[in-house]
Amino acid sequence: MADFAQLVTEQIPRLRRYARALVGAQRADDLVQDCLERAWSRRRLWDGQGELRAWLFTILHNLYVNDVRRQASSPALESLPEEEPPALAPSRHEAALDLRDLQRALDHLSPEQREVLLLVGLEQLDYAETATVLNVPLGTVMSRLARAREALRRVLREPPRARLRRVK
Amino acid sequence: MMNAEPVDEADLHAYVDGRLEPARYAAVEAYLEANPTERQRLADYRAIDAELHRLFDPALNEPVPASLRLPPMRRWTTAPVWLARAAAAAGFMLFGGALGWFAHERVQQPLVADRAFVRQALAAHVVYVPEVRHPVEVDAGQQQHLVAWLSKRLGTAIRAPALESLGFQLLGGRLLPADGKPAAQFMYQDAGGRRLTLYVRGLADNRDTAFRFAEQDGIGAFYWVDGDLAYALIGDLDRPSLDQAAHAVYRQLNP
Repeated sequence: MADFAQLVTEQIPRLRRYARALVGAQRADDLVQDCLERAWSRRRLWDGQGELRAWLFTILHNLYVNDVRRQASSPALESLPEEEPPALAPSRHEAALDLRDLQRALDHLSPEQREVLLLVGLEQLDYAETATVLNVPLGTVMSRLARAREALRRVLREPPRARLRRVK
Repeated sequence: MMNAEPVDEADLHAYVDGRLEPARYAAVEAYLEANPTERQRLADYRAIDAELHRLFDPALNEPVPASLRLPPMRRWTTAPVWLARAAAAAGFMLFGGALGWFAHERVQQPLVADRAFVRQALAAHVVYVPEVRHPVEVDAGQQQHLVAWLSKRLGTAIRAPALESLGFQLLGGRLLPADGKPAAQFMYQDAGGRRLTLYVRGLADNRDTAFRFAEQDGIGAFYWVDGDLAYALIGDLDRPSLDQAAHAVYRQLNP
């Protein structure tokens, strides 16, 4: 099992990056620690063949989902906009994307959308791996990814009121 | 007509993510050619991904706290928080440095380039780096096209890592022959005019991912094999700088 410990240890920086983007810096390491403990306790369930990273992300995802459920009463997580974001009004002079608010804009995504966006866009898992980690069909990955990206783009183009001061 | 299937949303995201099947590239490129607003939309998606990396990649470089170790220690739930923190800090001093995740694979002494692809990469470096007017075939101004083109020719999605944080700007890239197969070379330059090249080619049936260093005529090369792609990062830099650049490349290609 020395190999297992080493292989998992190599993945810790990536788990931390993902957790930090998913739940914020304060809670990230707790989530990663829970993930490592669970991975260790289930190490005999890993067949030694599959992609270890996807296996670890799956564990982390399940912990995250439980966490989200536990806090389901929190208002921030109640507004899960799974519906299509309103289409952008076509315009020849669309505002440039302002990325400074991206971290905050992530909060506008539902947990489901945020996970897909981060697994694909940040962790660069392929779509099939992402579907495995999240235990959803491939088509769901694609539609969540499309919604997440479009929602972020919309938020970053129509920034909060703070932006108006700069424009006007 | 081949590829007559209309371009759909999944194709566009696969294009953004470098996961489009090579056979679909032409269709997507044609679609984007005809729809500039769609091209902009995809550029925005890419910009979002790049910003995600800028925001969160620093987590990859931080020392891992001792609390995140294997086998995990039971959390010290009955101890006061400050005591747990102090213990963690003490553990960190002992443990923190040991986590470079491929340090264990690094070969300490310089080697001769024992692999054909490294010799090819060095040869390409020596030929093209001195070029003043035509160092690259496609310049970085067309980076999207460059990457798509080279990905298509290599038959697998490749990327041009960003090395701005180390002061190196992408100049562009070119396609090269390698044993009758295509190889790609990206070239970077810093403000002092120093140049780096990243050489990428396919390599079948190879599971070796060790991170190695070779030197030839004063030019250093870090090279590694990842899956079916072989990489060599080459530059006339001191070894620590080149090592740092190679780590940056490796991290971006294996995030």
